[in-house]
Amino acid sequence: MNSKRLRLFLPLIGFVVVCGFLYRGLMLEPSKLPSALVGKAFPEFSMPGLKQGQQLDQSMLIGQVALVNVWATWCPSCRAEHRFLNQIAEQFDMPIYGLNYKDDRGKAVQWLARLGNPYRFSVFDEEGSLGIDLGVYGAPETFVIDHNGMIRYKHVGVVDMQVWRELLLPLVEELQLAADQKVIQ
Amino acid sequence: MIPEIGHFALILSFCFSIALGVLPMLGVYQKNTLLIWLAGPLVAAQLVFIAISFALLTWSFAVDDFSVIYVASNSNRALPMVYKVTAVWGAHEGSLLLWVLILSGWAFAVGYFSRNLPNDIRAMVLSIMGLVSVGFQLFLLYSSNPFLRFLPDFPLDGNDLNPLLQDFGLIVHPPMLYAGYVGFSVAFSFAIAALLSGRLDASWARWSRPWTNIAWVFLTLGITLGSWWAYYELGWGGWWFWDPVENASLMPWLVGTALLHSLAVTEKRGAFKSWTVLLAISAFSLSLLGTFLVRSGVLTSVHAFAVDPERGMFILVFLAVVIGTSLIIYAVRAPTVKSYAVFELFSRETLLLLNNVLLIVATMTVLLGTFYPLIYEATTGGKISVGPPYFNLIFAPLILLVLPLMTLVPQIFWKRSPTTDLIKKNIIPLLCSFILCAGLWISSDLEATNELNIQIILAVLFATWLFIALIKDLVGKLVSYKKAHQGSVFDGIRSLTLGYYGMLLAHAGIAICVIGVAVVSVYSVDKDLRLAPGDLVEMGGYQFEFKGLSQTKQANYTALTANIEVTNEAGERWIMKPEKRTYPVRQSQMTEAAIDAGFFRDLYLALGEPLTKGAWSVRIQVKPLVRWLWLGGLLMAFGGFIATLDRRYRAKKVTASGVGI
Repeated sequence: MNSKRLRLFLPLIGFVVVCGFLYRGLMLEPSKLPSALVGKAFPEFSMPGLKQGQQLDQSMLIGQVALVNVWATWCPSCRAEHRFLNQIAEQFDMPIYGLNYKDDRGKAVQWLARLGNPYRFSVFDEEGSLGIDLGVYGAPETFVIDHNGMIRYKHVGVVDMQVWRELLLPLVEELQLAADQKVIQ
Repeated sequence: MIPEIGHFALILSFCFSIALGVLPMLGVYQKNTLLIWLAGPLVAAQLVFIAISFALLTWSFAVDDFSVIYVASNSNRALPMVYKVTAVWGAHEGSLLLWVLILSGWAFAVGYFSRNLPNDIRAMVLSIMGLVSVGFQLFLLYSSNPFLRFLPDFPLDGNDLNPLLQDFGLIVHPPMLYAGYVGFSVAFSFAIAALLSGRLDASWARWSRPWTNIAWVFLTLGITLGSWWAYYELGWGGWWFWDPVENASLMPWLVGTALLHSLAVTEKRGAFKSWTVLLAISAFSLSLLGTFLVRSGVLTSVHAFAVDPERGMFILVFLAVVIGTSLIIYAVRAPTVKSYAVFELFSRETLLLLNNVLLIVATMTVLLGTFYPLIYEATTGGKISVGPPYFNLIFAPLILLVLPLMTLVPQIFWKRSPTTDLIKKNIIPLLCSFILCAGLWISSDLEATNELNIQIILAVLFATWLFIALIKDLVGKLVSYKKAHQGSVFDGIRSLTLGYYGMLLAHAGIAICVIGVAVVSVYSVDKDLRLAPGDLVEMGGYQFEFKGLSQTKQANYTALTANIEVTNEAGERWIMKPEKRTYPVRQSQMTEAAIDAGFFRDLYLALGEPLTKGAWSVRIQVKPLVRWLWLGGLLMAFGGFIATLDRRYRAKKVTASGVGI
């Protein structure tokens, strides 16, 4: 090949370099949005529960490793997730707290009556102000909190079998172990 | 049932695309006329089934079939019907389906309008377009299927369409943009076919030109509409944000512009062949890259579309295969023989080449600016963002250099041109624009807030020079026609080609657009004010009085409307009503700006947040000549369209692949 022919390969070489960066870019996983709240205490709140007359605050989340699940009746993915949350609540001795986010009370109560209620209780956040404190992007989102009420992990999107087995369950077990050791000491 | 039929139609269309990608190509190499002939019917079948698929998805939206996941996440019972239909392309899966539909439409159009092409070239072009289509449909079926269902338990109501997209601008913006992106696949396919067949000649350039023109027209319209939409819908009066998604559409446009002009040289003078082919490949490659950027979430942007690494990986592989293969074909098959065309240093060829190089360098700067955050993160792990300062510093001067070249190119001849003639031609236009600019500067009072810099002055000067030179050129041509033929002015007008008028209009569009950009970025006034009912402010020669607020309820949102009375210097009064809308389903708020549009200035009012004691923060802007931006864009697109209608593209059956001039 003469040198002129070789020069025609330059665009190809340039493109390969661009591809390399694009590949790295994909591997950087921009979709993983780290929550600034991880490692911090669950934000303070004082709010009504979904049940009439119930008044809730952050102290009621403390004591056990737990999940806090952000849900709403307007969110189709929450419906997909709901069944699985019911299973978790049945099989594991771990509280799941709900954060009913920007929703209608009547619809939400009906939804739980029809589809089953995996939550110990649900905070009724009509205005979404607790959602803002938690940095909620959208529903569903799930937080893992430890026995001190510290946020340890935030998952954006539906919790399904894979997410539960690979991400949440190992963390929950580890935290529970740590909590038990604390008690023994 | 209906969604399943749509899904099935998509699979059928996919099968036809595979057949289209393989059989006619095989036919060309085996000289099998039956297989070559198949290209036509296969293109039609592909279009029919993808259209059925698209129609059925639209149907699912129209009848509120929320068992379809895609419908449930992007529509709602309360959504007006027109938005239900346009919600089809409101998110990833549907816009991809629209993309494939447009691609099939283009392929069918090529098949139909290119019947006078040699059969083997036509079959090859259609085959290559079929292969591109295969890639996109595989993507649809593999990771972006819009027909997936929530079964058995589906929601009773949908999640609603993103309120930002519930707007006329968004109804037409994506299809235009896609038509442009996808349109470059035609020039691309012609280029690859020419490389493979070794017939890289003037007739190849002539066939490519109208298709490239039309694609460029759509892209121009798409970008213009997008900028206009951002201006009135995003609520802060900006018209270009140097956002990755915008850059993704600007890059193919710049390269497409270079390609248009390079094709002209290749057609008329047989020069720059390899360069033109490379541009054709690049324009489409950048369109694909744009899709990758928008769809993969590699770069985050204000547009915030789908973020999905799996899809990103698929597009990256697809990108690598399509662009990598075509660049290998280019490297192996592009002619290295020096073209026989001779031209001197000072000739139309040289100046066009220079302009081409400037456009490509401009594209490179946009590409670098868009990817720099990614490169930075990949190499150092840090986060960085490249904003308007970079682009204004690097991109603007390059475009500034393009303007005088645009003025000179139509005035000089192919091969060589005497310089003295050029000076004579330009003394009057230059002098006129100097006087005009100076007059404008003296008569207008510049607010102290904005700095007047040399770039802005040169931009206005060059743009007026370009505009006046265009008019002078037209008048000159008409006068000399009259002298030579003794005909009427009307005959003179008729004697000039549509290609020439197209050039005039498109170039005038650029001049108008540049003047708009320059003036609006220097003479705009904007202020964020705290206004309570009864408050009065004065700004840019207008008086604004905050009268009060009212609330209204619409089908799918509630609106809070501010009444602001405007009084101009002549004492005329009118009411402007900026709104704040709340969409209950998505719980999102939207700022609907009130715009009083005018040829010479826009008044732009946006309602901010409620403050204490019934006061609101209100953003008031006076933007002179902002309309000229989009007017220029429309004129460019119109010019491109006129040029496409030029008679010489409707050529008779081409038998031999000789060099036609």
